[in-house]
Amino acid sequence: MTMSADFDQGAFVRALLDPELPAPNGIDARHGFPPERRFAVYRNNVCVGLVDALAERFPICRQLVGDEFFRAMARCYVREFLPRTPMLFEYGDGFATFVSKFEPARELPYLADVAWLEYAVGQAYHAEDAAPLPMDAIRALPPDRLADATAVLHPSAHVITSKYPIVSIWRRHMSDEDLSPLELDHGEEALVVRPQLAVNVAALPIGGSAFVRALEDGRTFGTAMDAATRLVAEFDLTGCLQALLVAKVFLSISVTPERQNASRRGPLDHSGA
Amino acid sequence: METRSAPEPNRARVASSLPARAGLGFKSAHFSDIEASAPGIGFFEIHAENYMGAGGPPHAQLTRLRRDFPLSIHGVGLSIGGAGRLDRDHLRRVKSVVERYEPAAFSEHLAWSTQGARFLNDLLPLPYNAATLAHVAAHVDEIQAALGRPILLENPAAYLRFRSSDYSEIEFLREIVRRAGCRLLLDVTNAYVSATNLGFSAEDYIDAFPMLYVEEIHLAGYAEDSDEIGDPLLIDAHCAPIQKEVWRLYDRALARRGPVATLIEWDNEIPPWPLLSAQAARAERFLKKRPLASEDRAESEALHDDVG
Repeated sequence: MTMSADFDQGAFVRALLDPELPAPNGIDARHGFPPERRFAVYRNNVCVGLVDALAERFPICRQLVGDEFFRAMARCYVREFLPRTPMLFEYGDGFATFVSKFEPARELPYLADVAWLEYAVGQAYHAEDAAPLPMDAIRALPPDRLADATAVLHPSAHVITSKYPIVSIWRRHMSDEDLSPLELDHGEEALVVRPQLAVNVAALPIGGSAFVRALEDGRTFGTAMDAATRLVAEFDLTGCLQALLVAKVFLSISVTPERQNASRRGPLDHSGA
Repeated sequence: METRSAPEPNRARVASSLPARAGLGFKSAHFSDIEASAPGIGFFEIHAENYMGAGGPPHAQLTRLRRDFPLSIHGVGLSIGGAGRLDRDHLRRVKSVVERYEPAAFSEHLAWSTQGARFLNDLLPLPYNAATLAHVAAHVDEIQAALGRPILLENPAAYLRFRSSDYSEIEFLREIVRRAGCRLLLDVTNAYVSATNLGFSAEDYIDAFPMLYVEEIHLAGYAEDSDEIGDPLLIDAHCAPIQKEVWRLYDRALARRGPVATLIEWDNEIPPWPLLSAQAARAERFLKKRPLASEDRAESEALHDDVG
């Protein structure tokens, strides 16, 4: 079913998105003068509304580059990528990739990875609820069986690997406390999880995200450990387990054979460039 | 929510069980204020699209809110005036939110917001003619069939008009109500904004509005601008206290309608809770000084509708 040919919503949208185009045919202001300023209200609503949505979604990125730069960058994104559904909390799934290729942001090479981290935080916020495994249950596990155990992770769990200290950057900007210069000479691996209502962001020891991804894939702790040590010979297993327990990432741990083709949603599969 | 199997006409169903009181758009920033003060707010309204995630704080807060207050769910993404067919996936999502929270009312807009697979995040205008009428009525029908209840359709804020419009907005709304059996949400601010922008009388609009079918009113603060020849250009910005012109029109609408659920919309530059709740208290004062709806007027209007 389509409407009458004299109302072409496609042409209306083209003019909405391209400020170089004149207002579409068939519309009037009240006074017979060109309706450009009136049409511009819709143009502005579309653009500003979506830029605001991105600003809300990526607050640390906005702090890092300043409001003016962020809004200019977000406008470029909006022109190229409109939301695909009316659920604005899903908007911005391509923002980190866009930022990584956005020439004027080259001076902040970590910006795209911070955008990935913020995207994961937003995903975790809206993710399915699930009760994490109580500490008591974890303590009750026989330590000698852990290597053969598998785990189900919280549906909100994501890991992000970066060449830059993204967790430290994120924390500084969340707290506004430590404003000493930040050394950018090391990478960090971030774990994002929302065990109850608050989203946790934690740094994992290097190799930790490979460890988590292996567990997500249904591998045993032993296999996950192998995956991590292949990347980092001196992988800190104890530190990693400690961070995962504190963050409450486990829903269950069971001493059973490896699950094949685990059906759980995988963690955000992203490695920093 | 009412359940029914017989395909009785939507006209006979209750569209809204919202109390004839002032309500507020719910903002998570106010959640702790609301919990702490258990305020005398008549109802809360939420945008359906913000509660379509799987879980997390939005659902935890809304579940709590729903326990303590009547709830109105307002859709912004069904694109009822869209040229294509309705997005069935989105309609399913709306249905699932409505089924989960069983709101006292569900409302949407006489506007479009989606084109193809692109969501434009604004309520865009459409011409009012025979083609769009058939189209919008069919969309309203489809939504009501999916939700199993009549919806409230809201009049938009207009910044320009279409040469291909053959109906006035009120004629158009009246006809949609007649064909689809939906009810109306009268946005008084939109009426004032459109009247100023398009040069018609807001008072005449309120006086002619099919008030019998109005089951909710929206009030919001507008922003003022001007166009290229210096004419006023008002913008439905939802970012300010309600202006006196809007309160005056609201009172005029209540004189015809009698007390009815009234929402204060303030979605941008969200104010502190005391300022927002003071706006609701002001609307309550207007509601309280109005007698119950004038049945005589309602009946004569219904008669007029049936013969017209």
